[in-house]
Amino acid sequence: MTLIGWLQSALFFALVCAAVVPVGAFMYRVYEGERTWLAPVLGPLERLVYRLCRIDPSREMSWVTYAFALMAFHVIGFIWLYGLLVTQQWLPLNPQHFANLAPDLAFNTAVSFLTNTNWQFYSGENALSYLVQMAGLAWHNFVSAAAGMCVAIALIRGIVRTDKSTLGNFWADLTRGTLYIFLPIAFVGALFLLWQGVPQNFSAYTDTVSMEGAKISIPQGPMASQEVIKELGTNGGGFVNANSAATFENPTPFSNLAELWLILVIGAALTYTFGKYARDQRQGWALFAAMTIMFAGSLATCYYFEAQPNPLMAAHGVTINFEGLETRFGVAASTLWAVVTTITSCGAVNAMHDSFNPIAGLVPMANIQTGEVIFGGVGAGMYGMLLFVVLTVFIAGLMVGRTPEYLGKKIEGTQVKLAMLGALVFAVFPLIPAAIAVVLPAGLNAMNNSGPHGFSEVLYMTTSWTGNNGSAFAGIGSNLFTNLLGGVTMFGGRFAEMIPVLALAGSLAGKRAVPFSSGTFKTTTALFVALLIGVVVLVGLLTFLPADSLGPIVEHLLMQNGKTF
Amino acid sequence: MQSPAPQTTRESTLSHLLPAVLFTIVSVIGLGIVYPVVIWLIGIAIFPYQANGSLIKDGDKIVGSVLVGQTFKKPQYFHGHPSAAGKDGYDPTNTGGTNLGPTSKKLIDSVAAAVVALKKDNPDATGPIPSELVTSSASGIDPDITPEGAYYQIPRVAKARGVSPDAVRAIVDAHVRGRTFGILGEPRVNVVELNRALDATKGG
Repeated sequence: MTLIGWLQSALFFALVCAAVVPVGAFMYRVYEGERTWLAPVLGPLERLVYRLCRIDPSREMSWVTYAFALMAFHVIGFIWLYGLLVTQQWLPLNPQHFANLAPDLAFNTAVSFLTNTNWQFYSGENALSYLVQMAGLAWHNFVSAAAGMCVAIALIRGIVRTDKSTLGNFWADLTRGTLYIFLPIAFVGALFLLWQGVPQNFSAYTDTVSMEGAKISIPQGPMASQEVIKELGTNGGGFVNANSAATFENPTPFSNLAELWLILVIGAALTYTFGKYARDQRQGWALFAAMTIMFAGSLATCYYFEAQPNPLMAAHGVTINFEGLETRFGVAASTLWAVVTTITSCGAVNAMHDSFNPIAGLVPMANIQTGEVIFGGVGAGMYGMLLFVVLTVFIAGLMVGRTPEYLGKKIEGTQVKLAMLGALVFAVFPLIPAAIAVVLPAGLNAMNNSGPHGFSEVLYMTTSWTGNNGSAFAGIGSNLFTNLLGGVTMFGGRFAEMIPVLALAGSLAGKRAVPFSSGTFKTTTALFVALLIGVVVLVGLLTFLPADSLGPIVEHLLMQNGKTF
Repeated sequence: MQSPAPQTTRESTLSHLLPAVLFTIVSVIGLGIVYPVVIWLIGIAIFPYQANGSLIKDGDKIVGSVLVGQTFKKPQYFHGHPSAAGKDGYDPTNTGGTNLGPTSKKLIDSVAAAVVALKKDNPDATGPIPSELVTSSASGIDPDITPEGAYYQIPRVAKARGVSPDAVRAIVDAHVRGRTFGILGEPRVNVVELNRALDATKGG
């Protein structure tokens, strides 16, 4: 570890912190339909969308209606992307003449982008047309992110609303989030990345000859416009296989900083938006503090262990485990990225996590296992964290023997059951498919490594699917079995959490507020923050300790003893 | 003011399909087509070099891209970060790493073999082994090596070209890029640009 490495992370986090208040306050205005400074430009566009799509933004929806609208939108989104993937060879903007995807791979990919996972069993630069990339994948990057935000805002409204039992209008929330939040930042960000060297064109690949006479074909395409929303929407699906490790997507350390900022900014700022809704900013800052503490611990662990030499390589005089790293990023920027991309649901990578030292590779996996609530994916991190908040006030209530409350709402049996249901998704969906995969030949054949690391690849995969993260121990291979299992697991990881969240929102909305009394457990204190972290670690992480022990932890111990597989 | 009562709680899924279809059409056109085209138009207007892939040209002939490293095996060229992309490495249409884990026998054996080969190729080299010269990159097209990785190879390159190590070192130093703002990323040398600079000075 170096001082400069830590300064880089500190600068990054300072830039994120600087955006929390302005972006958070702005998002509150957007979702409450208040006028923002972008209204002169985007207001007419917003009203045009409402008119064309026959949306009445003032029509309030119950949680059931809200959930129906959400699911209807995703059904159409799935059909659209699946259709594009299996017909791309007959469609325009396919200069490399890529063939249609096989149905099982198209299914996996369509669910992957629909659910904001962006797990990739294909390599973009040798499989997908420009049309699929921009109108299929990048489009899903915008709207799946905006849909995640909708669910978070619906839950927040449910918590704070006492005058009505509805949660807002899904279509209006979707439109406003897309137009006022994602599009403007993506527009500016895309031009920044272009300046740094990310290509943006519709040309065929450039064929040329290397200095030593080898033929090379240099990929082209509309990369900058996709790269920016891939990060901002915490999607993570790269234009090319190597993702943000590739110079096409992330050419410089400066672009790297910008992309990191894009990944974290909305998740961090949402805590402030939450404070605005709660009419008490301290409520938002308490969540922000819990997230920041867990982020710092995660980063320190990952950076420390990756900066240690791999003893097996050190025996040959190689002191840094540079396998799977890019020269321009090195250990510090690579581990910072690995942590940021997994505390959120992004899953973009700028280094190959598969080749990290065992404990450094465990950290990204463990981050996803917490439920991605350390800032988290756009929207998804906030509603995931609020589930843990419900559990925390419940546990605190048990300790003092009082009915738990949060922001004046009584947390009763229904709420605790729904929160637990949402939290259980993170245990059931990774562990059961992982167990299935390691007893079937099709699962075992997909592994790229043997020994405990092979198991880690499978566990990381199912964890990443469930968390809708999309990063991988990328050696894992694609076959019919993993394609189908992945599609089902990603779908479950997304919607088996979203639906209980909306039900929780519905059950809280319209509940009468109970007055704050001396016995109320304060949710703005250091004690609350500590308890919340404890619940996240206990409920989230401890569930996985046995499985993690069989993978990265045992691998770490064996590596110290010079064992290879 | 009293807010209007919610119109209905349960509706058929069908009534949501119309806005779902319409919103999909409208947003695909806006976000999936118009937005990337607008970025492209602005891009080619103000950053044409980057928008078109940062291509390196000799006159009118395209000879590579600063974004894409190349395989260098000849002694008179600086060698890059080993690549697992494609069959022979450095295939930009097959980007990616080895994805071999830290206890992979295959990985440790290949690192050991690379160390032996590196020492054999660079008998006059001094200093510790630069890690990036014996391990594979994440992208398989990493165009850079560390300054130490370049300095390590100077004796070999100078000998193969029949020039003084100091002359080669001056060219390397001119191509070292430091950390951005002093703290971002790591110092590096673009191997393609460095080797082209060497070739350009060969006759001079």
